[in-house]
Order: sequence, then C-alpha cells, then structure tokens
Amino acid sequence: MSVLLRLFGVMLPAASVFRKLILITLLLGSHSAIADESIVLQSTTSTANSGLYDYLLPLFQKNTGITVKVVAVGTGQAIKNAENCDGDVLLVHATQSELNFVAEGYGVERFDLMFNDFIIVGPATDPANIKELTDVVPALQRIAGVNALFASRGDDSGTHKKETALWHSAGVPIKEASGKWYRETGSGMGATLNIAVGMNAYALTDRASWISFGNKGNFEILLEGDDALYNQYGVIGVSASACPNINEHDGQLFVDWLLSPEGQAAIASYRVDSQQLFFPNASSN
Amino acid sequence: MPESGSAVASSPFISVTGVSVIRNDQRLLDNVSVDLGDSEFSVIMGSNGAGKSLLMRVIHGLVAPDSGRVEVAGSVNPSGVTTRLHQAMVFQKPVLLRRSVAANVDHVIDSKLKDRRLQRDSVLDEVGLLSLAKRPARLLSGGEQQRLALARALALKPSVLLLDEPTASLDPASSQLIERIVQKVHDAGCKVIFVTHDIGQARRLADDVIFMHKGQVVEHRPAGQFFDSPASDPAAAYLRGELYV
Amino acid sequence: MQESESALFLAFQLVMAGDADLLEIVGLSLRVSVTAVLLSCAIGLPVGALVASQRFRGRSLVILLMNALMGLPPVVIGLLVYLQLSASGPFGWLQWLYTPTAMILAQTLLVAPIVAALSRQVLEDLHDEYSEYFDSLCLSAWSRVSTLLVDARYSLLTVSLAGFGRAIAEVGAVMIVGGNINHYTRVMTTSIALETSKGDLPMALGLGIVLLMIALIVNALVMTLRSSAERFAYA
Repeated sequence: MSVLLRLFGVMLPAASVFRKLILITLLLGSHSAIADESIVLQSTTSTANSGLYDYLLPLFQKNTGITVKVVAVGTGQAIKNAENCDGDVLLVHATQSELNFVAEGYGVERFDLMFNDFIIVGPATDPANIKELTDVVPALQRIAGVNALFASRGDDSGTHKKETALWHSAGVPIKEASGKWYRETGSGMGATLNIAVGMNAYALTDRASWISFGNKGNFEILLEGDDALYNQYGVIGVSASACPNINEHDGQLFVDWLLSPEGQAAIASYRVDSQQLFFPNASSN
Repeated sequence: MPESGSAVASSPFISVTGVSVIRNDQRLLDNVSVDLGDSEFSVIMGSNGAGKSLLMRVIHGLVAPDSGRVEVAGSVNPSGVTTRLHQAMVFQKPVLLRRSVAANVDHVIDSKLKDRRLQRDSVLDEVGLLSLAKRPARLLSGGEQQRLALARALALKPSVLLLDEPTASLDPASSQLIERIVQKVHDAGCKVIFVTHDIGQARRLADDVIFMHKGQVVEHRPAGQFFDSPASDPAAAYLRGELYV
Repeated sequence: MQESESALFLAFQLVMAGDADLLEIVGLSLRVSVTAVLLSCAIGLPVGALVASQRFRGRSLVILLMNALMGLPPVVIGLLVYLQLSASGPFGWLQWLYTPTAMILAQTLLVAPIVAALSRQVLEDLHDEYSEYFDSLCLSAWSRVSTLLVDARYSLLTVSLAGFGRAIAEVGAVMIVGGNINHYTRVMTTSIALETSKGDLPMALGLGIVLLMIALIVNALVMTLRSSAERFAYA
C-alpha cells in the first residue's frame, strides 16, 4: 500500500491540471467537508446491510448531536482505511487483526462489542448432505469430498478469514480447488450470497446478513450451532497519536456509548423479522 | 520556353523566383518564376493539374516552396505571415463558419479591426447580402455563399485579393455578379490575382495572363497579346479547346 | 420474471410517492455528475480543440493517450483519488475524502479524457475544413480554438452528453471516494449496489429504472434544447 501511495503521489501532483482542478473544485465544493460534529465509522458490511446502524445511530445522535458517517466495506479494507487515518472508529469482526491494529499503535483499545454466529447456507437439495451434521469441520470435508460448489468471499474480510481458518482445520487445500468447485467471488457478503443462490453453491455467512438478505431463493440454513462458528464483533477508537487529524474525542464518545448499558440494550433490542441479530457482550471486556 | 517580364507595366510588386514544390517525387511546381505588378488584374490560366491553385497558395504563403522564394514589395517572407496580412484569399469552395452571414464577416473583423458594425454592413452591401445578414450562412445559395466569402475577404481591406476559381461551380448569372464585384474592387485600386480555366471569363477580366502547364509558367503576357496570338503550343491548344499532351 | 414486474411497480411507487430519501439521492447524483461534466468540459474541450488544431511533436502520442484514458475503469480512478485524498496521502489535508467534492473530483478525472478525446475527433474534422481559412487569416492558436468550439457547439453538446452518461452511470469511483454514506454521499448507483448486496433485487432494479428515467429526461432536455436552438440559429 505504501509503495502504491508513493507511486501515485509522484504521478498525480506533477500534473498541473490536477492542481487547477483542485482549485476549481475547491470553489465549487464550498459545501461542508466532514463537519466537526461528525465522525467516520469504518465498518464491516454485515452490520450496515442488516440495518443495525439505521436503528442505532439516530439514538446516539439524539444523545450527543454527533453524526456518524458509515463507510461499509469488508473487514480487511475497513482496517486498511483506518490505518490510512480515514476513519475515527473501526467496527469489524476479525479479532486477531483487530488486536494487531491496536498493537501497531493505530487504535486506542479494542473492546468486545457483540456477537452472533456464522452459518452455512445452501440449496435445499443439499448435495453434500451436511444437514444431518452438527459440526462444521466434517461438513466442510463432505462438501470437498463430493466437489460440491462452494462460494467464498475471497476478499480478506472477517468472514473470509474465518472461513479460511475453518478449511484449514478441515485439512482441505482450497487453493488447489479454487476455480473448480471452490469459487472465490472477491465480493461482499450480499454479492456472494447472490452468486451462491445463482449457482446453487454452499456459502458461509454471518447470521445477521442472512436474516436480512432478501434474495434467498430456495436456500436454507444447513448447518448452525457449532461453537467454532462463533462470530465476535469488536470496536476500536482510532488513536490520535497515530492519526493527528482524526476526531478522537467524538470517536471515543461513540465507542463508550456502544459499550454503555444503554448502547448494549439498544443492540439487543434490534430485530429483523422478530429475530435478534446481534447479542451484546461488552460486559466480557 | 517561358516568356515573361514583358507583361508587367508597373514595377514588380510580387516576385516569384525559381519556386518548386515537390510532393511524392512529383514536381507540382517546377522552377516557376514570375513577376506581378501592383495594379493589374492578373489571371492565372491552365488546364486541371497545371499548378494554378498551388502557385496562388505559394504566393499567399499557405504552402511553403521546397526551393525558390517569393518577394512581396521587395521583402522575402519565408513564414508568409506578413505577406498574408495585406492579402485576402477566396477559395473555390467557400469556407463558411456555421454562423450567420453577419457573424461570418464579424469573425475576420474581430481579428483585425475595431469599428466592425459599420464596416460589416458596408462590405455586405457591396456584395448585395445586407438584407440576408441574419441568415445562417450555410443556408445561402452557392452564389450567395461565394459572395459572402468575397465580402469577408473585402472586410480585411486587402491590397492584394487572391481568388481561386471562385465561380467554378456557379451558374452564369452568379458568376457575372461575382465578376462585377471583383472588377469594382480592382477599379478601386486593389491588386487582383484570379485563377480560372474559363476562357470567356479570362477575356473579360484579365489585364495580363499567366498560362501554366505541367507545373511551369509557359507564358506571361498582356491579355490582348495572349488571346490574339498565343506563343506556346499548350496555350494555343487550350484556347482552341483541345487537349494538349 | 417476477422481479422485473415488482421492480417496475416499485419504481413507479417510489417516484409517485416523491420519497424524500429518493429525492435526496437523485439530487446528489445530479449535482455530482452535472458539476463533474461541467468541469470536464472546461478542461476537456480546450484540450481537444488544441490537439485538433495544432501540429506538434508527439501529437499522435497525445491522441493515443487520450483515447486510452477513455477506457480507464472507474474503480482505478477511484483508487487513485482515494490514495491522493486519504488522510495519509498527499492531499489528505483537504479533508475531501468521503465528501461529494471527492466524488466530483473522481468523476471529473473520469469524464475529462472522454470529453477531450471525443471533442478532438469532432473538432479535427471541422478543422480540416477550416484550416486554410485560418491560415489565410494568420489566426492565433487561441482564436482557432475558440472558433472551432463555437462552430461545433451542437456536436459538442452530444459529446458532453456522452460524458454525462458515463458519470451518472459509474459506481466504482464514487463508491471508493464517497463511501456510500447515507444522507451524505449516497447516489443512485451506490444505492443500487447496496440494495443488490442486501439481496433486495426488486428495489435495486426499481432504482435502476429511476436512474434510466433520469438519464432519458436529461438527454431529452438537451436534445430539445439543441434542436430548438438550431432552428433559431444556424445549420
């Protein structure tokens, strides 16, 4: 990333057209840049697509007057964006990467925020016959065994990291199968589910994304409940010592609110189709 | 052999010396030398491909010769820029802007002079287009279009007016109208160089005739002499209406 | 397809209800893309006219480059602009990332080469016709450029429409530099991408139909403007 940065950093500023453009756009762009009373949340997609923020953020804004601008991308990209100082708060679900983020000085502190679980969805016909299983590892082995189609995020997101780890535990060399029965979509959760439905492939998804997903077709949940499918979300305030220009104060207010009894209760009360999507567990911090 | 020099009554004003233009190994102009006076109505004649239009473009500075030189009023202008400033040229196919008649004239006045409105109206009146000033130029008839091109040239107040077969694609009435206007301009003291292959037109207009054949000037003589007794075989054949090979 | 039917119905419903969110999204889409196209014309038209009317060393290389830039994918532009505007990039101090300004900038970079390349083509044909006249008058480069631009105005309107089509339809660049932030940087295309990823295909298609209608309306407006202006002006 930093090599790229340097590369383009030399390329673009050299063009005087670019500079003129900036001046012109500066005049036109008199509308507010990110205002003081707002923060940018770099977030994983599942929390945004499930509608959680549409429910939570008005509550927070009513309390504090702070607007939260959500940039919803995969966990991997969200972390990279935050490392580029392009966000005030990070909310993702890949605990080890989050700890690294803090250890490298980008984040103030990581907190457990809430959890739900991953599930494996697939066509009702269940060609690999995994519905009768309760553990994820043998289920993946069966899928690999019959070369049943499997749609993977393939985008370095939290879900993708989880999935890769599970395949590793199952001892399946997915790299060799890529492009054959193992299909890496390189897309977000929703796009991957659309693709899975389209090609009748199994997929690993977080439960929140699945419940709020609108294009289920004949798909159903084929495997759930294994402890290995636990999905922990974490929240981190970006550190002002790494990124002097960010709004650490308001960011920390948001983190504190999410972790507060009020915030936790709000998360617990969010429902889609009368199902709870996220289970707050900040008390475990 | 080229016969030249004797046709010029006044002092030489435009002097072309040893000019050649070569394209793809073809000598389109082949060592052309000719002197033109500052007041005659000079007509360049010759069959298609003789090099008439090209010679005119060399004089106007639109085409740079590969060898030789053009002197105007005693000074050489390799770039042709100052030459062009007191010349104006009318092309065979009028190049008209996609604007109104008036705006077409304004375009050249804009680039040169100040008091435009008065001048524009006077040149449009001169060519009989004043009543059409607001029309789109490209909706005019062929004859009107060429008169507009002429008006635009006149708006430059040139001391030399060059016309490259301006009536080649016009009906006789429109041609006569153009001839009359050009004649008037000449009578008012403007040097005119006129390319044509219409013998009748040349007879009506020319003070002196430059006859070209295969990239060379083969005759340059006063009009009367030229038409009575052409000195070269190609010219004689041309006047008889025959093809000279 | 049952999706298509319900999408048509949804599109109709969205428009009829005058949904405030939809109006906001449509408004931002138009504001961003129209501004970007105007900027692109301010840059691209003179560049196109200059290249069309001047002969200089490396000219064919410039034309090749302009034509190649037309095919630059929006995501690549988005990435380039992101790297510049990121807080850790050279222009981070502008604080433009995740603002409409960044989206305008990205779309301008996307559309300006299109305007320059297409107008170069149009103006070069016109310049071939005018060049002897220009030479005869010894016009300056600037006079040539302005004459060409004025005389080709109606064709250039079509060029700018092509640019507008590209801007209003692209999703890759605005997604990266705008962030698709609700009520702030969310435009038609990023909404469609979002609804698609939520699996709400009828809604996505409905928004797509609304986008199509907007494109139709804008094109119809410009075409009407053009033909009536031509009728009152010149052929």
